[in-house]
Amino acid sequence: MKPQALLFLVTGLLLTGAAQATEAEHVRASHAWLRVLPGELPAGAYVTLENSGDQPVALKGASSDAYADVMLHQSSSEGGMSRMAMVDSVTVPAHGTATLAPAGYHLMLMKSTHPVKPGDTVRMNLKFADGSTLVTDFVARPANAVDAGS
Amino acid sequence: MKLLHPKHLALLFLLLALGTLVGCHRDEKLPFRLTDVSGHMPDLDFKLTDDHGKPVTGTDYRGKVVVLYFGYTHCPDVCPLTMAQLHVVMQRLGPLADKARILFVSVDPTRDTPPVMHAYVNAFDPRAVGLTGDPRDIEALSKRYRSAYTREPDGKDGNYEVSHSSAMYVFDSKGAARVLATPADSQDDLVHDLHLLLDNGNPS
Repeated sequence: MKPQALLFLVTGLLLTGAAQATEAEHVRASHAWLRVLPGELPAGAYVTLENSGDQPVALKGASSDAYADVMLHQSSSEGGMSRMAMVDSVTVPAHGTATLAPAGYHLMLMKSTHPVKPGDTVRMNLKFADGSTLVTDFVARPANAVDAGS
Repeated sequence: MKLLHPKHLALLFLLLALGTLVGCHRDEKLPFRLTDVSGHMPDLDFKLTDDHGKPVTGTDYRGKVVVLYFGYTHCPDVCPLTMAQLHVVMQRLGPLADKARILFVSVDPTRDTPPVMHAYVNAFDPRAVGLTGDPRDIEALSKRYRSAYTREPDGKDGNYEVSHSSAMYVFDSKGAARVLATPADSQDDLVHDLHLLLDNGNPS
């Protein structure tokens, strides 16, 4: 291949990359919080995701330095029974919103690497299907909080 | 046929009078907004251990209006939400809430020891009591109120979930079952019904 052709190819690839933003780049996160429970008990984390893109995006999970284990879960209530199950992903529709909130989708945080207290900020990397990540700060709230607070 | 001896007759009257009294208590209709279960569920009765490690029975909570809820501390989402909502309900009741207790019964006694339960319930509300104990005693209490729970298979690291009934059972200060609430019910209605029981059941 001539050096000139290679240059064209590289430029072309770069342009394609720029035109095709990652999933994370289309997502805005808000109301990010987690519920602190005593001791080593697993905590639930919640966030609202807004997708400004023309394509749906899929949240696959998250990671954090503060917790060794983070799982994407969904609570459900059928026939008066509360259940919890792992889910592969949560879809944020194009120009739409997905909400991770108590009694629905949530991130289950386990094995904290250091004690997390109410008022702390926990940084999490939200992972999307295309491998892109969105760094989001979650506010740690007391056990008896019902939402993200002010 | 022999006529009843006056002494026996007096006893019979006494029994009838008592029956009427009990009947009054049972039929004491209150305009509940949530599901009224008065007379359809057994009185509060159990033999468990509280979060101070003390053996307790249902009669220890006579004089208090009780909200009974089954859950477990390793439940990261629905149980803490329910407990947080009950805390808000208690706050809304103001000083009346001192005559109410939230009884959080563990359906996971293996992990939920009294110290774990103590730290847990205190993170939610000072009027919350954690109850754990012998798995058979917990099962007996659960069955008494037609509640159910199932331990799900272990995850990769030995962690496991417990699926459980999400209902809350409300008992009056005499230990009679009065109201059934679900997490989907409105908080206003629960506050309303507890108000009725707290105003009514504790003449002081």
